[in-house]
Amino acid sequence: MKRHLVSTADLSRDDALLILDTAEELAHLSGRSVKKLPTLRGRTVVNLFFEDSTRTKTSFEVAEKRLSADVINFSAKGSSVSKGESLKDTALTLQAMGADAVVIRHHASGAPARLAGSDWLHGSVINAGDGTHEHPTQALLDAFTIRRHLNPGTGHDLAGRRVAIVGDVLHSRVARSNVHLLTTLGAEVTFVAPPTLLPIGIENWPCQVSYDLDAVLPKTDALMMLRVQRERMNAAFFPTEREYSRRYGMNGIRMAQLPEHAIVMHPGPMVRGMEITAEVADSPRCTAVEQVANGVSVRMAVLYLLLGGAVFADAPADASRTDSPEAAK
Amino acid sequence: MTSYLIRNVQILGGAPQDILIADGVFREIGTGLTAEADIDIDGHGLIALPGLVDLHTHLREPGREDAETVLTGTQAAAKGGYTAVHAMANTFPVADTAGVVEQVWRLGQESGYCDVQPVGAVTVGLEGKKLAELGAMHDSAAGVRVFSDDGKCVDDAVIMRRALEYVKAFDGVVAQHAQEPRLTEGAQMNEGQVSGELGLGGWPAVAEEAIIARDVLLAAHVGSRLHVCHLSTAGSVEIVRWAKAKGWDVTAEVTPHHLLLTDELVRSYDPVYKVNPPLRTAADVEALRAALADGTIDAVATDHAPHPAEDKDCEWAVAAMGMVGLETALSVVQQTMVDTGLLNWEGVADRMSHRPARIGRLTGHGRPVSVGEPANLVLFDPAYRGLVDPDSFATRSRNTPYRGLDLPGRVHATFLRGTATVLAGELAEQGGLK
Repeated sequence: MKRHLVSTADLSRDDALLILDTAEELAHLSGRSVKKLPTLRGRTVVNLFFEDSTRTKTSFEVAEKRLSADVINFSAKGSSVSKGESLKDTALTLQAMGADAVVIRHHASGAPARLAGSDWLHGSVINAGDGTHEHPTQALLDAFTIRRHLNPGTGHDLAGRRVAIVGDVLHSRVARSNVHLLTTLGAEVTFVAPPTLLPIGIENWPCQVSYDLDAVLPKTDALMMLRVQRERMNAAFFPTEREYSRRYGMNGIRMAQLPEHAIVMHPGPMVRGMEITAEVADSPRCTAVEQVANGVSVRMAVLYLLLGGAVFADAPADASRTDSPEAAK
Repeated sequence: MTSYLIRNVQILGGAPQDILIADGVFREIGTGLTAEADIDIDGHGLIALPGLVDLHTHLREPGREDAETVLTGTQAAAKGGYTAVHAMANTFPVADTAGVVEQVWRLGQESGYCDVQPVGAVTVGLEGKKLAELGAMHDSAAGVRVFSDDGKCVDDAVIMRRALEYVKAFDGVVAQHAQEPRLTEGAQMNEGQVSGELGLGGWPAVAEEAIIARDVLLAAHVGSRLHVCHLSTAGSVEIVRWAKAKGWDVTAEVTPHHLLLTDELVRSYDPVYKVNPPLRTAADVEALRAALADGTIDAVATDHAPHPAEDKDCEWAVAAMGMVGLETALSVVQQTMVDTGLLNWEGVADRMSHRPARIGRLTGHGRPVSVGEPANLVLFDPAYRGLVDPDSFATRSRNTPYRGLDLPGRVHATFLRGTATVLAGELAEQGGLK
């Protein structure tokens, strides 16, 4: 983790634990009546959303405001972007306005990597989800949630914890970010999906693959359900919604097959009746709502560390310092 | 006409000889020539090859003169050692009528840097629905013999069959851009390990191979001539090898970039590596080199595809596909084929001049370097080392994947029918041309 957060593959174990531990500290804030810290006072954070995402955008916005940052929401709709402005010109505009960090959500895989790798802007780039590539803060909040339930305590990792990720892995940026981060933290990841919804080459990823959800359930400590869009069946990824639910949907009967301590996670938005039934979604084992709260803490931690000029383990200290917005002033 | 005496040059990499060029032809070839010439060229250390012939060039004119014109494209071709290029049909308007191919042909004549042989579209508007007037394009001044919807695949089996049959009447060839459209919807890069990790839509090898397999069978069935454009996978090589073993009239080309680069480069998300067909794996590169060496692949073709900066200076998904390649082709071939020992200079002449000229039925090109032949010649300095500097390019565009790369060799001079189009590595003044 240099001064950007584009992919969880860039995070060392120490980086990841630092973020989770920082998030844990910041989480205490949400219990107070005054939830604000002055840390990022005078710093400008732009939320650059090329794709609608009320949940992620709101979560970032809350995190930014709790750290007292000046928040600018720059959404593709109704802006020059929708009139055909290029990513480059948008970035140059934000740079000229003095953005210290840009939180970007984009429908094209690699757009945040392009921003981070270009000289279009100098602030930190935080990937809030790019196409079917990555969604690093989602993976961080997932890891945070898993740790709280399965190995609580600062400095703890996820060694030996078994995480099953079920659903549309092929199109999921959540799955890609999670496989890097969770394995970095020592967890064992199993993807469960019909073969049509797994990417080519997955046999070389640091994970197990199964087509059989029922076989995986008893060996799972955390079960992560991915959203499956109904439209996928139109492209023949699976025959019908009902068949998908029968084979890969989470329901009450399947929940009983999980070990007692296991949690059921969902990044949201849930498609009830598709990948998850109401019985599971509303059960105390489902952490979907808790994940939302944890998302704010984790995003605060990322902003705090990136904009606070933290020097991460794998970044040469000098380089980080010259790169940091502080030094640039 | 200016005459040239080139001393001690290695023709096809052989022993040093002198070449006298006068009146547009090779007048004398031998050692210790005593003839007088207007200009003497020290050929020591240089390789002489017949002028290169490109089967696959996008000159962009008419329509996208912001990316390239016939003039700048042929200047780039001359700097790359080419004396003839085939201009692809996907212009605006599409080269699907006698009028457009004649316009492109005439612009080539006026440029004087390189012969331009227009390629005609197979179908009207490249839409794959209705045959274009192939006969009219052949009968025009442009004398079109190569037909291609390049950029798009003639995916309808019946249209492809008819096109193959129809062009037999004038010894034409259909050059197919093999890409099964349904298997490549939303395709952004080679489908494999890297696409899975990057979350970019996959362009599977099978989408190319399935079309090639169908097309070689169709060509055999109707007894016609098929040329496979920019073959990019190990599987495609196997199919072409099989078709040739059957004795079918199938030829194939490979681009320089597919001989050198792999899809690992896409990890940067830099659209300069975005091209169609996409960069494949190291195993594919290996198979393509071997196939070019053993002749399964007949020709190196550049697929020179200029794009303005704004079409590449953006996110991967919206970037244009293609790379410029005319000015770096011979260097890439030296690095991948000659320096590796896979091909000698005679082989390079065969794959970059003789065979492409034969496929395109260009009678004035791809001929031997011998007395009386038209003096289409390139002098190449294989010992030169230097970093690729796109700012030195003659092409109007800069979308090269080789920027800053240390590639061997440099074109020293190019002659088109005895007139120097490039001398000492620089374009000749246009005034010096006819």
